[in-house]
Amino acid sequence: MLEIKDLHVKLEEEDKAILKGVNLEVPAGKVHAIMGPNGSGKSTLSYVLSGKGGYVVTGGEAALDGEDLLALEPEERAAAGLFLAFQYPVEIPGVGNMTFMRTAVNAQRKARGQDELSATDFLKEIRAKAKELQIDAEMLKRPVNVGFSGGEKKRNEILQMAMLEPKMCILDETDSGLDVDAMKLVSEGVNALRDAGRAFLVITHYQRLLDHIQPDVVHIMSDGRIVKSGGPDLALDVEKNGYADLLVESA
Amino acid sequence: MSAITQRKQDALTDRLASMTLPEGGAWITEARRAALARLKSMGLPGPRDEYWRFTPPDTLNAAETPEAAVLDHGDETPVFSDFDRLKLVFVDGVFRSDESSDLTLEGIEIERLADVMSTDIHWAKDLYGKLETRAQTPVARPHAALNTAFATEGLLIRVTGKIAKPISVYYRHENATSDCYMHHVIRLEPGAEATVLENGPAAARFNKVMEVEVGDGARFHHIRAQGRDHERRAVTGLFVRQGAESLFKSFTLTANGRLTRNEAYIELTGPDASAHIAGAALGHGDFHHDDTVFIRHEAENCESRQVYKKVLQKGATGTFQGKILVERGAQRTDGYQKSQSLLLDDDAVFLAKPELEIYADDVACSHGSTTGAIDEDMLFYLRARGVDKHTAMDLLVLAFVAEAMEEIEDEGYRQELVGRLEAWLIRRRQE
Ligand SMILES: Nc1ncnc2c1ncn2[C@@H]1O[C@H](COP(=O)(O)OP(=O)(O)OP(=O)(O)O)[C@@H](O)[C@H]1O
Ligand SMILES: [Mg+2]
Repeated sequence: MLEIKDLHVKLEEEDKAILKGVNLEVPAGKVHAIMGPNGSGKSTLSYVLSGKGGYVVTGGEAALDGEDLLALEPEERAAAGLFLAFQYPVEIPGVGNMTFMRTAVNAQRKARGQDELSATDFLKEIRAKAKELQIDAEMLKRPVNVGFSGGEKKRNEILQMAMLEPKMCILDETDSGLDVDAMKLVSEGVNALRDAGRAFLVITHYQRLLDHIQPDVVHIMSDGRIVKSGGPDLALDVEKNGYADLLVESA
Repeated sequence: MSAITQRKQDALTDRLASMTLPEGGAWITEARRAALARLKSMGLPGPRDEYWRFTPPDTLNAAETPEAAVLDHGDETPVFSDFDRLKLVFVDGVFRSDESSDLTLEGIEIERLADVMSTDIHWAKDLYGKLETRAQTPVARPHAALNTAFATEGLLIRVTGKIAKPISVYYRHENATSDCYMHHVIRLEPGAEATVLENGPAAARFNKVMEVEVGDGARFHHIRAQGRDHERRAVTGLFVRQGAESLFKSFTLTANGRLTRNEAYIELTGPDASAHIAGAALGHGDFHHDDTVFIRHEAENCESRQVYKKVLQKGATGTFQGKILVERGAQRTDGYQKSQSLLLDDDAVFLAKPELEIYADDVACSHGSTTGAIDEDMLFYLRARGVDKHTAMDLLVLAFVAEAMEEIEDEGYRQELVGRLEAWLIRRRQE
């Protein structure tokens, strides 16, 4: 599903390399996790894949189902089925959450040659999905993420994911800021979407999330590279011993 | 006389060369003569005048009307068409009775200035040119005095009750060189309520004055859309006097127009009154929009609120000059002023002059003026969800002006203008 080969990325504003040859393959139906120290480049990878400005790809490639992601506009990547749950969801005063979601859902349907959802169908669907994530109707009426608590923002990300039904979902620290119950809700939301045609890349610092969303493979990122990959046990290892030993090993 | 004053006088002499005061009865003739005298003492505006530094007055001053192509609106229906309203139509400043509603409506008297000009006495005598005169200090407004002296069209409206329908004034522009003066006088008797809607570009060059007296406990709503003709020019004056516990709310939407100068002067003369004035202006290219607002608090416990938003690109200029003056004794005044611009590229200009002048000690006044660009993080967030760049920009533009649009209290009118704005944004992209 997602294939990243020797991806090199630097900042646009300064000559600073952030990603220094990332290789990663996430097949359909699988859940991969990325862990790694602060500043190792995890979020940068998620941004570059989804098309955020400010970065320059200096080498390598990234493809979604064989389609060159790096050649597409951000909205085209979304329409192709890529979704990023942001580490820091953006507040947009003046744009209603509902308007935003309806515009997004219909834009993607249009890009894929499907009919737009009628206002009633859209409402029915979003209400049902919001309920599952225990997002109350009031929150849907408010401006996008404005005045939402940290946990509410993260749940709102998962609601968007549930509405858009992407095939490649990247979750960047969706667990941070979530209380125990919210973590369960969010994980259930993610697990409900797991199927043979969909893949997940879960960026996290904690084993806790991976207890709920069981990964098939765990990768460790350090200084702009994937330095180690392994089974779910690798996350347990990190939880217990930190990164120091792992990084020495791989150096 | 200094060279600068001389130039202002010369501009006036030029302008008046082929004009003569219109004929009329005693009340209007007196008002016109007084206005002409005021005008002669001021001259026309010059680029050195304190409140004309941001806006070049020459095309508003010029004796010859600068041409303005008439926009073909295709099958677009005029703004407010779908509302139940009392409709009054002016084409290039001339009243069209064949297109207008019957002027009779419970709780309101509507007359045309042209019809009552020859009478010797009229209730409008107490307001016509009088509120304009009050607005002349401390800031001179020569075009408004010019209007008072030469206008022969306009509406004289006296509201005595609560009006069931809005008064909807529709200005059409059909002549590329029309130069038009329009002078409305509106009096709301104590406790009365009315809504006045205005829409359309009116003329190639439009000079409008609207004097409004809002009596004690009366409520007045004014919503205006200035049309989307690209080349028209307009200078308008909204001069208001409010009594105790009265409410005045005015909102203006401006999209396009080569030059627009919207002046407002609001006097809060009785306690517990509230004045809100707001505007959203959007333009690109040869677009210059100027809001010059002056609010004078004379009584205790009044509230005033100014909210102005401008979206500019491709060489467009937006200017805002806003002042809150709190007189001695106007204790517990709550004054708020916000003026913001969103510049969509590097080739647009926003100039602002926010002012506070306070002579009372127990007041809460704030003002803020900002200039910014589209927030890249917001734009990316929207695009990452599949919203294309243009639609995402439009959403952010609408979000930016939302605070001003919120000043339209009635949901129906607000929706109407938001819808027009959305269509305008889409159309602009296709132009
Ligand atoms: N736009 C930018 N300007 C300057 N530095 C940047 C920018 N984007 C990323 N960086 C730097 O690149 C490095 C990687 O950052 P990134 O956010 O990808 O790390 P991360 O692995 O997600 O860390 P965390 O676990 O703390 O979220 C950091 O040193 C960061 O400061
Ligand atoms: Mg990060």
